[in-house]
Amino acid sequence: MRLHTSLKVAAVVAATALLASACSSGGSGDGDGKAAPSGGATPTDPAQKIELTYWTWAPGMDEVVKTWNAEHPNIHVTVNKQDGGDPAVTKLLTAIKAGSGAPDIMQAEYQKIPTLVAADALADISGDLGSDVKGDFSDGTWQSVTLGSDAVYGVPQDSGPMEFYYRADIFEKYGLKVPTTWDEYAQVATELHKKDPTAYLGTFSSGDAGWFAGLTQQAGASWWGVDGDAWSVDIDSAATQKVASFWGKLVEDGVIDNKPMYTPAWNKGLNDGTQVGWISAIWAPGVLSGNAADTQGKWKMAKLPQWNAGDDVTGNWGGSATAVTTQSKYPQYAAEFVTWLNTSAEAAKLLVSKSGLYPASLESQKTALTDPPEFFSNQTDFYTLASQISKTVNPFTYGPNVDVAYSAYNDAFGKATKAKSQQAFLDAVTTMQTTTLGDLKNSGYNVKE
Amino acid sequence: MTTTTTDRAPSPAAPATVSPTRRPRRRPGAAAPYGFVAPAAVLFVLFLALPILYAVYLSFRKVQVSGLGLGKGSHVEVWAGLDNYRNALSDPDFVGSVLRVLVYGVVLVPTMLGLALLFALLLDARRVRARSFSRVSIFLPYAVPAVISSLLWGFLYLPSVSPIVWVTQKLGWGSPDILNSDWVLFAIANIALWGGVGFNMVVIYTALKAIPSDLYEAARLDGANERQIAWRIKVPIVLPSLILTFIFSMIATLQVFAEPITLKPLTNTIASTWSPLMTVYRDAFVRNDIYSAAALSVVIALATLVLSFGFLRLVQRRAFSQEK
Repeated sequence: MRLHTSLKVAAVVAATALLASACSSGGSGDGDGKAAPSGGATPTDPAQKIELTYWTWAPGMDEVVKTWNAEHPNIHVTVNKQDGGDPAVTKLLTAIKAGSGAPDIMQAEYQKIPTLVAADALADISGDLGSDVKGDFSDGTWQSVTLGSDAVYGVPQDSGPMEFYYRADIFEKYGLKVPTTWDEYAQVATELHKKDPTAYLGTFSSGDAGWFAGLTQQAGASWWGVDGDAWSVDIDSAATQKVASFWGKLVEDGVIDNKPMYTPAWNKGLNDGTQVGWISAIWAPGVLSGNAADTQGKWKMAKLPQWNAGDDVTGNWGGSATAVTTQSKYPQYAAEFVTWLNTSAEAAKLLVSKSGLYPASLESQKTALTDPPEFFSNQTDFYTLASQISKTVNPFTYGPNVDVAYSAYNDAFGKATKAKSQQAFLDAVTTMQTTTLGDLKNSGYNVKE
Repeated sequence: MTTTTTDRAPSPAAPATVSPTRRPRRRPGAAAPYGFVAPAAVLFVLFLALPILYAVYLSFRKVQVSGLGLGKGSHVEVWAGLDNYRNALSDPDFVGSVLRVLVYGVVLVPTMLGLALLFALLLDARRVRARSFSRVSIFLPYAVPAVISSLLWGFLYLPSVSPIVWVTQKLGWGSPDILNSDWVLFAIANIALWGGVGFNMVVIYTALKAIPSDLYEAARLDGANERQIAWRIKVPIVLPSLILTFIFSMIATLQVFAEPITLKPLTNTIASTWSPLMTVYRDAFVRNDIYSAAALSVVIALATLVLSFGFLRLVQRRAFSQEK
């Protein structure tokens, strides 16, 4: 009897344990080995069906993929919608660490690629890509998927060359001139704020490190660098200091707003005309049509103001590549899909119309972008101008600890914008440099100072 | 983040009703209780004890990178000893966040418990109209998740979209921007207060309801008025509930996270290390350094334990003596 009960107990324990482990292992795929079948670009055995998963957060991507699946019955891609860039990277890094659970294909923002490569999450697909792929992208864009090495860690999908967006109607009302240099930008900002004390030409956002990085990229900064087998951190370069000091002065004078972007208050400002301009990137029409729907047809896009009159350069804010993960069992089929997605004319049209992306492929920019976005239907040369601008992006190297630098930006510039002092802006740059460099050294990276 | 535990409310005045019934004799089936406990025990071990042990293990590890840190084999997990703890305790951001949360607790906890006690006494007083309506409407904010309430309050705080600021502007009092001032701590405490008063009120109110009414009758015969009854009879008797709610509130304070992290994108004043748990979140999910995050978590858990049990020891004899 006693034994009998103990047996029962054991059975209950075992059942519970089984249930628990079944729950905890549910949903993860098997990730052992990458024994990919040898063969050409398509499965040799017609009965064989390849299943690929694809993590992305781009809107409308499932519709783009539907077209691929219809044309490629043997290589089926399943879109797994993610919340956004940061959570997806965290999930991927966890899956890589766990040894299973990663997708085959992953959307990866350019600034995250070094972090992902450092964690051995992205496969080198240089052997699986056609030789003509590289020529379809600008050198600056291609460098961000190779990190300057012979390896290729993804195919660029979209890019975010930065531009200046402004309310043409309000500019006309106050007789303001569209600034072509940063000096003029400061003048216009002062003039506008004098004419309407509630209005600002823009805001300095401590919440958007990528935005500030793009602005320093235009000024010639590159926050990281590779020197032989060592990283260098160059955040407090003269170029970054120039940008920080420029915005610090505007915030100190009170002619530029100091509140973060993407808040209900900022949206309202865009809508009611108190935010008269926005330094943004090529994807801005999508944001504006969502956040400031009432202002359709009132905005215009222009080149970013320049540091020296006559220059023609810009930076990047956003954009991502499509990569193949190291856990994929079929890297060559994944690479085939990625190539189709980002270089074929068919996919480019869908990416533009369904996902609202600005393709990184030079050929696709020519063929897929003809009519201006609906929100900018008043500016017929929108994409002609955009395509000129996208060729003028300065090179920029991201390091393996972008997250550390970006969170240091949020905290340090949060303090500086609250303090409203130019000196605090310069101090914030120094803080970013110290934090980022210290983190690399502490982790054991080879660092050159 | 408000108190979420649904412990039994103590019933201090409940008479000891342990009657001397027959003790069950030891029988062969004595192992059955273990069988009933087993599922809970197994779940506890799998989903609480093991993860805690794993976190403690992680807190003594770190990743050592070599070279450029690119590619396979460049990241190796190694034994770190007390490095993570040393870094955590000497990090000015972390120490700052602890001090900030202590101030936050000093502001929040007395206000919240004071209001909860006041509301409970008012509801318990004689001649109260709309008693159940008041009780439900004070309790209702507790049912709103902290993230939602923070978003709602965020709208109320932002001057350009806030109806409150619209009123102060009409009255000529200017447009206070509480989120971008040094008062942001009070803005966050206010959200926690709004969400937490109801829960604590219900706990205290339940204790009040358990007081036998002959005590009041006796007091009234002796000439005590309502205020004296509240202060001399009700408050001392519900003291154990007050202590319970105090401990819950203290733990919730140390773990404040949802309110500041939801308000953070709206302002320049909330750093990513505003509260200790936000620092843990930043290390784990922004910097991908789970080792440092594990060490911080262990430190916070130990501090919470020490504070809760220390406080209990301090007040135990006074508060619970009448129960024995």
